This record gives sequence, C-alpha cells and structure tokens, in this order.
Amino acid sequence: MFPFALALALQSAQPVPAGEEPVAPYAHANANAGATPFEGQAMWRAFGGEPGVRAIVDDLVARNVADPRIADIFKSRDLVRLRRTLYEQFCYLLNGGCDYSGQTMATAHKDMGIQQADTAALVENLQAAMRHARVPFPAQNRLLAKLAPMHRDVVAK
Amino acid sequence: MKRHHLALGCLCLSLATPAVAGDRRAGGKLLLTNGVSSVEGAAGGGLASWALIAGNETRDGIGGSAHATLVALPDFDLESAGVAIGINDRVELSYAYQRFDTRAAGAALGLGRGFTFAQHIVGAKLRIAGDAVWDQDRWLPQFSIGVQHKIADQGAVISAVGGRSSRGTDFYLSATKVVLARSVVLATTLRATKANQFGLLGFGGDRRRGYSAQVEGSAGILLSPSLLVGAELRTKPDNLRFAREQKAADVFAAWAIGRHASITAAFVDLGDIATIRRQRGAFLSLQGSF
Repeated sequence: MFPFALALALQSAQPVPAGEEPVAPYAHANANAGATPFEGQAMWRAFGGEPGVRAIVDDLVARNVADPRIADIFKSRDLVRLRRTLYEQFCYLLNGGCDYSGQTMATAHKDMGIQQADTAALVENLQAAMRHARVPFPAQNRLLAKLAPMHRDVVAK
Repeated sequence: MKRHHLALGCLCLSLATPAVAGDRRAGGKLLLTNGVSSVEGAAGGGLASWALIAGNETRDGIGGSAHATLVALPDFDLESAGVAIGINDRVELSYAYQRFDTRAAGAALGLGRGFTFAQHIVGAKLRIAGDAVWDQDRWLPQFSIGVQHKIADQGAVISAVGGRSSRGTDFYLSATKVVLARSVVLATTLRATKANQFGLLGFGGDRRRGYSAQVEGSAGILLSPSLLVGAELRTKPDNLRFAREQKAADVFAAWAIGRHASITAAFVDLGDIATIRRQRGAFLSLQGSF
C-alpha cells in the first residue's frame, strides 16, 4: 500500500508535459545526463544557442527515424518526450543553463537491444545534423567526446 | 510430431524476439577509426602499425580490408598488397606481399637491372585493453600486441650482403588513442625486430645479429570526419656493415572516400637504402574495407 501511495504522490508531483505519454516516476537529477557540462559559453555559442540546439535535436531525431539502420529502435517511442529530454541533455552539457529531467542513459535505453553499430549510426546522424547547423568541426568533436563514453550504458550487454 | 514441436518452438522464438533486437546490423566503426593499411599489412598508418583492428566491424562481427600501396622513390619502387580480417574488434589476421624493385640501381649494385626483392608478411594482432574511440572519458589508450612473421625471397643476396637469415619475426606492443576533444589521433608502437629494410634485406647482420627495440610514432589531426592528416616516424635497426640504414618518416593525408574505401597519400623519406642515398618519394595507397 505504501509504495503505491508513494508512486502516486511522485506521479502527481511530476505532471506529464503536453503531448507526452506518462512514464513511471523516477528521481530527477542532472547527473542522469551522463556527463558533466562544459565550462564557459563558447560551446553553447558554437552550437547556436537555443534555436541552434533545438534545430539540431529535431534534425537528429528526424534522421534517426528515417535511417533504415536504426529506425526500428525509434518505432512506437515517445518522440515528443525524446526531443524534449535530448534538448535538455544537450543544453545542460553545453552549459546553456538547462536542467536535465530525463532518465539515466542506462534506464532510458534499457531492453532496446542496442548494438555498438547502432550507436555509431546515431553518431553519424548527429554529425550530419551538426554539420547541417554549421557547428565548427572541433566543437562537434568536443560534444561527441562527452557523449561517446555513454555507449557503456546504452549498448546492450 | 517431433517436427510440429520444432515448428512451434521456432514460432515462439520469433514472437518472443522484439523488433529492435533483430539481426546484427553490419559495420559499426566510424570512418577512419579502423586506421588504414600499413605497408606490412596491419591496420595502422602508412609506415606504422597501430593498436586498431582492421575492418569496419565492432565486437559483434567480422570485418576485413584489402590494400594496394605504391611507394615511388628516386631509385627504387616498393609495392605492397595485402588483406586483413578483424574478428570482433579483438583479433586481426593479416597478410601482405611486398616487392622492392631496384630498377636501374640494381645494375649499379651488381644485381642486374630491375632485380627485385620480395617478402611475405603474415601478421596477427590482439587487442588487450582499452578502446581508442569510445573511451573518451579515460586517458587509457587502446593497447594491442602483435606479431609479424616475414619470409624474404632473396636468401643468396641476403647472405652475400651480411644478412643472417631470410626469415624473421617482429613482436610489437602498440598504443593508439583518438583524443576526440582535440580532434587528434596519437599512436606509438614498440617493436622488437631484426629486420633489415623491413625484412627485404633479411634479418640480423654482420654489424648486429639479434633483436633490437625500435619505435614507431604517429600523430594526426582530423580535419573532417573523413580526412586525417599527420606525420609518422619509425626507427629501424642498422644491422648490416655494407650500408647504413636510417629511420623512416612521412607526412600523410588519409581520406575516407566512403564507408568502404579510402586513399592515403604521403610524402615519405626512407633514408639511404643499400648504399643509395636519400630515398624520398611519394606514397600512394588504396584501401577497401567492410
């Protein structure tokens, strides 16, 4: 009875954002983003601030959904929530002043059967999106260096 | 009856398998993160062997590569062709055939115009620790150990110039790291070898008989996901009395034309070869990989 009440209380404390499907309650923490933010504003500026990062996230999700290598992974996923949490994660890591409200990388990718090759496909799509947004190549690589170690939590064992 | 059970079993399995866990997706290495083919057949730079495993496959599959390389020098041509397979990004098996054409210099050396040295190189490499590409939160590079067994074909000439054997085995330890935050690729290799001019002039000599420790170093910068430019340095033994042997060096550009093909062009300095001074020239290599 008590855990049920607690879950109910947590759920009511975390309203479901518009257009998203509800998820089981979990503890919010910036540490869930899986890496520490950059210092200073140089990276946030290199990515074009909020409009730049929103465009990159939208482009990335669109490329993944259309990519025959990994499209299956995105089928019947909540893409509205994915876009929001991805934006928050990038914004947090690029020191754009956001908090990350998504799940840990391990939880968010649990039971998806993701292979090492899938993470490489995702990296290529992100590279294409960043290139399209004219993010300088060295800045692209600095973000990728933050994201790369997350493969340990993302790729199915 | 038995067949029915089997059919039912298969049906259950296919139903139980989620769509996302379908077949193995092919490939999975990012462009150039398998290096290029070195002249000795191992994945590496042009002259140096690196800790990377050949082919485009990850821990989940078997990939491979093939290369053809021409080094055009003032007085000689060095050609190399070979294949390598990479198993689960863990083990690499390679073979390369090298031809060294003495052209007009062959006559001056008393061998005859167009006299050609050749050797077979059979290699194996094992990744023992680290991940050069994905472990960007650690300084630990990717480490591999490797062995290259070389069989040179001109045994009589090799013993005439003071070489002790026409067969030899190199052992090496290589460390390679992509420092993504700096767009940089670094590699260094420690090699125990007796080889004279990579082995084409045999192994061991009348100046020095046995193994010596040699070093290979490479540094490159990624200018785009498909373009790496850099430089390499490789020390070599100096075992033979009749001719000095110096270190080799190059500056290179490796360009991934697509997922399955790359071109490496370099300016290479192989020093003096068999008393003929200053062999500096062009290095061009084509590589295909899967």
